[in-house]
Amino acid sequence: MAATQSVRPSRVASDLAPGLVMGGPAFLLLLVFLIGPFFAGIWFSFTDQRLISANPTEFVGLRNYTRLLRLGLLPLDPLVDEATGQFQRDAAGNLQFPRSRAFTRDRENYPQYAGLTEWFYLDQGNRRYVVLAGDPDFMRSLVNNFFFALVVIPVQTGMGLLLALLVNQGLRGQTFFRTMYFAPVVTSMVVVSIVWRFLYDVNNGLVNEMVRALTFGLVQPVNWLGEPGVAMWAIIIMSVWQGAGMQMMLFVAGLQQIPEELYEAASIDGANGWQKFAFITIPGLRSVLVFIFLTITIAAFQLFDQVLVMTNGGPDGATSTVVFHMFKNGFREQDIAYASTIAVVFFLIIVLINLVQRRATAERSA
Amino acid sequence: MAARNTTPLAPAPRSFGATVRLALRYVPLLILIFFFTFPLVFMIVSSFKPGNQQIFADLRSWRAFLPVGDLTLDNFKFVFENSNFPRYLLNSVSISAITILLSLTVNSLAAYALSRLRWRGQKLILSLIIATLIIPGQATVMPLLLMVASLPSLSFADGLALTRGWLDTYHVQILPFVASAFSIFLFYQFFQEIPRDLDEAALVDGASRFRIFTDIIVPISGPVFASVSILTFIASWNSFLWPIMTVQSDELRPVMVGLQFFFQRDVQWGQVMAYTTMITLPVLIFFFAFQSAFVKSIATTGIKG
Repeated sequence: MAATQSVRPSRVASDLAPGLVMGGPAFLLLLVFLIGPFFAGIWFSFTDQRLISANPTEFVGLRNYTRLLRLGLLPLDPLVDEATGQFQRDAAGNLQFPRSRAFTRDRENYPQYAGLTEWFYLDQGNRRYVVLAGDPDFMRSLVNNFFFALVVIPVQTGMGLLLALLVNQGLRGQTFFRTMYFAPVVTSMVVVSIVWRFLYDVNNGLVNEMVRALTFGLVQPVNWLGEPGVAMWAIIIMSVWQGAGMQMMLFVAGLQQIPEELYEAASIDGANGWQKFAFITIPGLRSVLVFIFLTITIAAFQLFDQVLVMTNGGPDGATSTVVFHMFKNGFREQDIAYASTIAVVFFLIIVLINLVQRRATAERSA
Repeated sequence: MAARNTTPLAPAPRSFGATVRLALRYVPLLILIFFFTFPLVFMIVSSFKPGNQQIFADLRSWRAFLPVGDLTLDNFKFVFENSNFPRYLLNSVSISAITILLSLTVNSLAAYALSRLRWRGQKLILSLIIATLIIPGQATVMPLLLMVASLPSLSFADGLALTRGWLDTYHVQILPFVASAFSIFLFYQFFQEIPRDLDEAALVDGASRFRIFTDIIVPISGPVFASVSILTFIASWNSFLWPIMTVQSDELRPVMVGLQFFFQRDVQWGQVMAYTTMITLPVLIFFFAFQSAFVKSIATTGIKG
């Protein structure tokens, strides 16, 4: 490239006009609709910008970040019965503790807890430690995303690999099977979520009917989307169902890159099927595996459509996610500044995942 | 349809044991077909069933997946006649079509300028565009919402006038999604593989840069144009978060948002399934027809749905 330029230096200037005419529209659109909003978002996160407001926007420093990320620890001693001097206990014999609200709302005596709300607590002996957060809903959403990622990464990767091995045996009609397994991927998430919402219905849902038939009525109907402990699992099952075909296709492409001679040589050396899988297939899929880990993790943190359609973040915030929390604050509450702050944190998480992946790839190839 | 695969078609002499073993290898594959398609089959089949009562009753057996009982087209008729579905469909088709056309033009030209022309700042812009690939759309959606709410807009309601705000328009659903760093990147990669001798020869013949693009580059770049079309179509057709936030009027809604209409009162699942079938089946048929192109382009993103 450098050689071309040094031979014909005049070309450097002569292509500028056509270059800008041809590339200009795209560059301008990216500037206006991507790069502009990106930097505007960073700026908004330091202000009190609202979607519609009569008051001028003001710079507020790190206030949004403190509200979003601040944590606090409140140790509580049990309530003491003044008459007997004993700890107060409820009917079940559990110790009674003062409400955390008594401290977080008492700005005068406990200024260090002002602006915090209870997130969760841990009991240790006769003491209760209440973990407070500036925005417990955000913390719960973040934990939900991590939980989703932690389950979906191994399950979807494993399923994708298994499917790929099944449809790559050289059987007649395997393209047909691949296509069928991939069909959910091309179906809109909104449609898929609506159909599954019906499938998950407590009284008239197909999933409960199938569970009943398979267990001969031993398992009671599950309220898939209505119970805090179950709802996230329901979303996970549906998401794995929808996405596994994608990983399958990526693995199939990876499998086809592995030279057949390696397997033949291993057979001559007397390797069995498992040895071939562990020492040829898996190492051969290394780069595909890294790409899959990266894309599933990023997709896990982008979780949104399913949540909005199926549970609306509920029950009780059990399926809220970072993007859902951002949507709730930015659109429903019209607090653009706070939503932008969530977006900045969300972006940093994505960058971090990319860096980890890059580190992993670099180490492997080194 | 799947059944024909269970028996090997090859007439070559094969022992009975080998045939059984081959058939057994298909068993997991067939079970998996059921696993991956049952919600879609259920959706399509239910759209032909007359009411909630029959749909619920059929759930207790295999009938849920079979087109049995009183089959009717009433659900489809209701969706067409009593909802704004035709309008939503027209909206989505036009929005997708215009987005694809603009996107192909703008992004391929930009990639050509980056790949083939030599100009000052080209390297910088290329690395900037690649850097933006890491920004997920959801990270910019909130400031973008505020921005489109205050952009100037031409209004033709009472004569030509300049109004403020892009909310509740068609172009707010199109223009932000025309330029795409990922599409530019795909075009760029493809163009880099095309031998430069082709351009050089045409340049010597006196062809302009633009002529070289339209007459030489575009005709041999079919696959990448197909990939970008498919990706842009899927993103546009399935868009949900953005139109929810930017479009209020019923007449401007795309299909995914219009679906809300059926959840306002008692949900008639047959109608919902008819609606979702009509917005899904064309995409699925298109996918089955061009499955290798679909798979290749979607797999490049690695992102589902």
